[in-house]
Amino acid sequence: MTTTTKKSSTGASGDGPAPMQRTLLTGSLPRYFAPALLAGVAIVTGGLLFALGTFSIPLFAVFTVVTYTVLVTLASARIESGRKAKDRLVTAVVYTCFGLAMVPLISLLWTVARMGVVRLDGYFLTVSMNGVTPTMDAGGVYHAIVGTIAITGFAALVSIPIGLMTAIYLVEYGRGRLKNAITFFVDVMTGIPSIVAGLFVVALWMVFFGPGTTNGAAGAVALSVLMIPVVVRSCEEMIRLVPNELREASYALGVPKWLTVVKVVLPTAIAGITTGIMLAIARVIGETAPLILTAGSSAVAINWNLFDGQMMSLPVFIYSQVRMGDAINYERAWAAALTLILIVMLLFFVARLVSRFFAPKFGR
Amino acid sequence: MAKRIDVSGLHVYYGDFKAVEDVSMTIEPRAVTAFIGSSGCGKSTFLRALNRMHEVAPNARVEGKVMLDDQDIYAPDVDPVAVRREIGMVFQRPNPFPTMSIYDNVIAGAKLNNQRLGRTEADDIVERSLHGANLWEEVKDRLSKPGAGLSGGQQQRLCIARAIAVEPAVLLMDEPCSALDPISTLAIEDLIAKLKENYTICIVTHNMQQAARVSDQTAFFNLAGTGKPGRLIEMDETNKIFTKPDKKETENYITGRFG
Amino acid sequence: MTTTDSSATPQTPKGKRRIGDVVFANTASGSGILILAILAGVAAFLIIQSVDSLGANTANFFTTTGWDANTREAPAFGVAALAFGTVLAAAIALLIATPIAVGIALFIAYYAPRKLASVLGYIVDLLAAIPSVVYGLWGIGYLVHQLTPFYQWLSTSFGWIPLFAGPVSSTGRTMMSAGIVLAVMILPIITAISRDVFLQVPQAHREAALSLGATRWEMIRMAVLPFGRAGIIGGAMLGLGRALGETMAVAMILSPALVISPHLLQSGNQTIAAHIALQYPEATGYGVSALIAAGLVLFAITLVVNMGARYIVARRKEFTE
Ligand SMILES: Nc1ncnc2c1ncn2[C@@H]1O[C@H](COP(=O)(O)OP(=O)(O)O)[C@@H](O)[C@H]1O
Ligand SMILES: [Mg+2]
Repeated sequence: MTTTTKKSSTGASGDGPAPMQRTLLTGSLPRYFAPALLAGVAIVTGGLLFALGTFSIPLFAVFTVVTYTVLVTLASARIESGRKAKDRLVTAVVYTCFGLAMVPLISLLWTVARMGVVRLDGYFLTVSMNGVTPTMDAGGVYHAIVGTIAITGFAALVSIPIGLMTAIYLVEYGRGRLKNAITFFVDVMTGIPSIVAGLFVVALWMVFFGPGTTNGAAGAVALSVLMIPVVVRSCEEMIRLVPNELREASYALGVPKWLTVVKVVLPTAIAGITTGIMLAIARVIGETAPLILTAGSSAVAINWNLFDGQMMSLPVFIYSQVRMGDAINYERAWAAALTLILIVMLLFFVARLVSRFFAPKFGR
Repeated sequence: MAKRIDVSGLHVYYGDFKAVEDVSMTIEPRAVTAFIGSSGCGKSTFLRALNRMHEVAPNARVEGKVMLDDQDIYAPDVDPVAVRREIGMVFQRPNPFPTMSIYDNVIAGAKLNNQRLGRTEADDIVERSLHGANLWEEVKDRLSKPGAGLSGGQQQRLCIARAIAVEPAVLLMDEPCSALDPISTLAIEDLIAKLKENYTICIVTHNMQQAARVSDQTAFFNLAGTGKPGRLIEMDETNKIFTKPDKKETENYITGRFG
Repeated sequence: MTTTDSSATPQTPKGKRRIGDVVFANTASGSGILILAILAGVAAFLIIQSVDSLGANTANFFTTTGWDANTREAPAFGVAALAFGTVLAAAIALLIATPIAVGIALFIAYYAPRKLASVLGYIVDLLAAIPSVVYGLWGIGYLVHQLTPFYQWLSTSFGWIPLFAGPVSSTGRTMMSAGIVLAVMILPIITAISRDVFLQVPQAHREAALSLGATRWEMIRMAVLPFGRAGIIGGAMLGLGRALGETMAVAMILSPALVISPHLLQSGNQTIAAHIALQYPEATGYGVSALIAAGLVLFAITLVVNMGARYIVARRKEFTE
């Protein structure tokens, strides 16, 4: 075997065509080969499926991808080398994986948008379900929006100080066993199933307020259990990004440590912290299971009082409508889901914008 | 304003590791003292022990005595925060606060400490400090712009302005020019020459010409061996150190033959 | 803090500490300790409130499949079927999601152009931000209808495998559907962790492989996968933890039955989390306490899985730093 090129000198398994003097260009498919082949395969499978009268998008996609992958691998093995063929196979598979992940996302967003707009209007957003029987062509989610705002707001009020102070502890003060323990258990806490957080509050409320006490505050506490570790993680990451030089500059001016943290570290990290907190809110605003257990799932009227009576929320509203199961209930559920997704996306994108445009530039 | 620093028998440790061993020296007021020596021989560590900045590292501790005029800065009832107000520091990389304007950076010492300043008082401090740092002419029209928008050399002078705004007695500078271009370096050197009329100045530098140009006294540090602590080898008039040092080690280092 | 002063002057304990510093530092460490207390509290309260029903239970809690707990007289309930269903659903999800997630992570890390890669990072995050109840709604209101023909085909072609045995549920509300939706839900976390680990592979390793004339796949196999294996496993376990505890998608999609059945295309089976959500509103007698006991089991399972995952990921980190 000749060893004139790098390719052949590595001598890997299944080398391609017969020994010959290779240049760097021999035995490689042209750049346009893969896209051209894909297009060709798509046209042929599409045509065949139409001819057979069994065309559907999933079927078309599956046949096209499989045929393309097989063909490109075979062609490469024939013209290039076994090694290259394997590389092409993996490339096709990796691209397919990525495509596969896009399918549910697009399908979900599209379905929710299509089904949601049927009922989502000003009326739907501004009336409650008070006095509406399940199958009546009326009613809306105002009470659920109120509940979502109240419960999530209260949860944020509880979680942000605890989470932020813990993050400050971990970065600025913590050392030794306590720091390691907190770091580890915060990680563990991010994995608590949301329903368990709900049960915890059920058990807690049973002890303090008697069995069966449901109110918004209980829901908020359950959400806090889920939210605190997320806040800690993102704040910790952001505070860690603040260069040590800034802390030292402050100490050297005779500023005590706590004022350095409050007036130098936090303002420098504030954009990132805000982003993290908004993402944490986006995470818990769609929590359903703990709220079914703690804030109830049958409230129909507007209730701003966290400490008295059941409170509906958008996610629980979706769930309970689905449980009722009539067409009108599904319409309401889709519209509420669209509302919820819009809120989450809004939080999500505003958070990104904040981090993009308000992060301080560290000079230089 | 300027005060004398008297160090006797100072050892600095990081946990079990001894970084600096048994240093004694007197740092004169209204003069520039340069610390030279190879990398890792403990110059920064020693410098930071002079205003208790080393305490920022979790396991650092010192033994020995550091007197600021007649006050022991390591006396039990002394607040390290108060020490740092007396002994300011300028770092290798310019580090203006990125969230603050030039103006706010200068009065950061007061602002961060929640001191209330009247508008005119603050304006006075800013103007005086920026004049003191030879920066006023360059920035007087953009005081409300972010400090991070200045050039590296301007940022470093801003940091010096910030340090002198709290009216310390001593200024410690840890390689203040090593991140700067030659022109900015020259500007800082000029500034140091001017500042020494009012302050006690210690400067760590790797640049021998710089030490020779700006300092009155020079202290040479070296390692006792690999893994061993750094020690003060010799300290004397800068002139003497660079022309006829007492120790062979110093001479080797000055002339570039060391090892 | 307690560093220098004491050793410099051994006779006196500490220099003066400012009140602001003391208050602030203690508030910070207090918050951290509070988190530990909350976690301990979760375990403690679940145990306290489940003791009641477990004491009265007339059946073996771990081997019984039935759930007769809504009574004050001789309750008989167990988590056997629920635990089986929980593990089954999570296993389906993991089997589907892990390879795809690793593929996406490789795509983001090594195949996609830089610009596209950061957009993809966004999209993965967005996928994670969609509420689970919306996934559930999408599953029950849309996906199951699309999947039923596929199930029919699967059952006629591979019905001899018990997993795919018919008769196929006509509603599509099966373990398979629940597992598929769970797979979509845990994709983001596995992808994110795998991608992070892949990006940590030292440039030098990768360049070494490429300079030997390796193809991209050979570079990945030689330099990336061995390095990233622990990260993938850890990420998959975190995904598993999430799938085990996910409530809404299963509660909304699955048509449950408290049985232990391997037939993924028929209705039946149930998970702990979904069972709790469905039963809680109607629970009477020992009902709530029994559900808390089931929750305790779920808590224990996810705790073990998550701690294992964190341990693996953390050990990986130590290696690389
Ligand atoms: N925070 C620290 N923790 C532990 N060791 C340190 C720390 N800072 C410096 N050292 C060690 O102390 C010695 C002196 O370092 P330094 O004072 O930075 O030297 P120089 O400034 O002269 O280059 C070095 O061996 C260095 O590794
Ligand atoms: Mg140094």
